[in-house]
Amino acid sequence: MDFNGSDTITGPRTEDVLPSTATAAVKVVIVGGFGVGKTTMVGSVSEIRPLTTEETMTQASIGVDDNSRIEGKTATTVAMDFGRISISEQLILYLFGTPGQERFWFLWNGLFEGALGAVVLVDTRRLEVSFDVIGRLEERGVPFVVAVNTFPDAPHHPMEALRHALDLPDEVPMVNCDARQRASSRDVLMTLMHYLHTLAAQRA
Amino acid sequence: MKHQPRRERREKLPDPPPGSGPFSEPVPEPGSEKGDPERLYVITGGPDGGDRAALDLVTMVVACSTPSPTVQPEQAAILRLCRAPLSVAEISAYLRLPFSVVTSLLTDLLATELVESRAPIVRAVLPDRSLLEAVMHGLQRL
Ligand SMILES: Nc1nc2c(ncn2[C@@H]2O[C@H](COP(=O)(O)OP(=O)(O)OP(=O)(O)O)[C@@H](O)[C@H]2O)c(=O)[nH]1
Ligand SMILES: [Mg+2]
Repeated sequence: MDFNGSDTITGPRTEDVLPSTATAAVKVVIVGGFGVGKTTMVGSVSEIRPLTTEETMTQASIGVDDNSRIEGKTATTVAMDFGRISISEQLILYLFGTPGQERFWFLWNGLFEGALGAVVLVDTRRLEVSFDVIGRLEERGVPFVVAVNTFPDAPHHPMEALRHALDLPDEVPMVNCDARQRASSRDVLMTLMHYLHTLAAQRA
Repeated sequence: MKHQPRRERREKLPDPPPGSGPFSEPVPEPGSEKGDPERLYVITGGPDGGDRAALDLVTMVVACSTPSPTVQPEQAAILRLCRAPLSVAEISAYLRLPFSVVTSLLTDLLATELVESRAPIVRAVLPDRSLLEAVMHGLQRL
């Protein structure tokens, strides 16, 4: 990319420029297995067209500490979609949708730990693709809610059966959603905030 | 209902050592490599691998000055983008540069006071209820 000309770099659209007061940010992470609707959810609630940030992971050779050999290692680029909601003139909520290979994102110390909480999207046709990520969130003590994305051809299961299959305690909220609908995705985020509020009240 | 597989709880893995910042690379524990292939990956990092400022994806950055002819083109691009506050993630997206490359560029700009940054509000041990109420209020208006 040519960084010399300002024309080559497209910044935010005029309507997306934040006010100078917008200096406080919080983040929420949207996780779930392959193709469950994470990108769709980020896009449906974001006030900006979703953007993509990426990171390069290198396959490290254990016990070898020789940076000159980095070229020979397998580098993997992982990309993550994100969107933004202005909560107030000061406060901005960022939403990150981790793509397919979540395991990489758990290497990113702070991505989950710094988040207020997480939304786990599940597809009832393939519940098992979300097992791994739920385990990782539990291990790290990241509070989360589960949103069951309602695909038209998905079999209907009672919520309690899904809770049993996911082995979730009663207090973890589970809601149905349609990730394509802004109001529905917004309600999922609202459920997460209510849950975090309850947890905060319990600990206070 | 069709037979659903049931999630099996995993055994708790040891947490990363306390104080490991956002960019500390995971240190593989001896013998832990086998069952946990992702521990074989590390974030590649910026060009130098030197010390980088502790920047989060949602650390907000704002320029303190307009680009002078002496800064690198990439850094000038950041200064132009950050006339209004912008998160590190957005800078990475607009410049199409990996996150760790952006943090390394920002480290220099912060050291020379060409930009200011504001750390995000992270989930605390005791979450701030008024913050959560503000978020709920904002979402309600969406
Ligand atoms: N009917 C229906 N379709 C949906 C819903 N959410 C997502 N889809 C569709 O499902 C497909 C996958 O959605 P994505 O948002 O790309 O899923 P993802 O989780 O980001 O996928 P990966 O990033 O590849 O893991 C797309 O074709 C969406 O249009 C939903 O709530 N209802
Ligand atoms: Mg996606």
